[in-house]
Amino acid sequence: MRGAVRGFGELLITAGVVVLLFVAYELAWTNYEADRQTHRVTDTLREQWAHPRVTGPGDIGSSKFVKGKGFAFLHIPALGRHWSSPVVQGVSLPDLARGVGHYPETAGPGEVGNFAVAGHRATNGEPFAYLDKVHKGDYVVAETQTKWFTYVVDRTKIVSPSAFWVLDPVPGHPEVAPTQRLLTLTTCNPRWASYQRLIVFGHLVASRDKSAGPPIVLHRSLAKGNA
Amino acid sequence: MYAWIWRHLPGPLPVRALISLALVVVVIGLLFTEVFPWAEKSLPFLQVTVNDQ
Repeated sequence: MRGAVRGFGELLITAGVVVLLFVAYELAWTNYEADRQTHRVTDTLREQWAHPRVTGPGDIGSSKFVKGKGFAFLHIPALGRHWSSPVVQGVSLPDLARGVGHYPETAGPGEVGNFAVAGHRATNGEPFAYLDKVHKGDYVVAETQTKWFTYVVDRTKIVSPSAFWVLDPVPGHPEVAPTQRLLTLTTCNPRWASYQRLIVFGHLVASRDKSAGPPIVLHRSLAKGNA
Repeated sequence: MYAWIWRHLPGPLPVRALISLALVVVVIGLLFTEVFPWAEKSLPFLQVTVNDQ
């Protein structure tokens, strides 16, 4: 009898320790892992851009949108001077642990239509932890291999998780053919829950070649060590 | 449970201590690489996308 009680007690203590370990895993380890992966994606992409492989005709864009691979960077000065994240193709959990994720069915950066990106708000790198600090008039810059695309935020909105319309080429008007170059960022809301989504809408205001240097809205951000 | 494991470990005290430590490391490793990533999928705050369901 005493042995059974002791065994039960040990089981409960073990369960408690496992739960505490899970909390540590979630709050610390996932961020550590995501930071490592994000750095790796960043380094790989910078390396690719610095030394583009010689490709045959028709091969130019093929490396651009490979699932799980980085193809661009986002810079959002409103989230911090040095805030920058690689944009990875796909929005599955493994994709989102490497940076922010591009909804595959939406337009690419700078393209006509809706360039839609999701990111974690809590744990796993939490790139969009403070997305609620991004307001109308703030800038979001997408950096691709050859271009800087500067978007300005039009509005933010809290929606339900089923608000698939935010990804429409023209959000809310699925039948309308897009003429504008739009941006949509999504994350969970409130930060530690999932019953809503926080959405940031924007539109393209400027694009320039990489050779022309970063857009003025990034000058403060990139001035000092943006690794 | 732990007393039972301890009794069934072979060797003198230092060896048993080492084996115990190794077991703890293996269990934590399994938790971090297999169990927690699986359990994590159901956490609400990882749902950051909109979907049409």
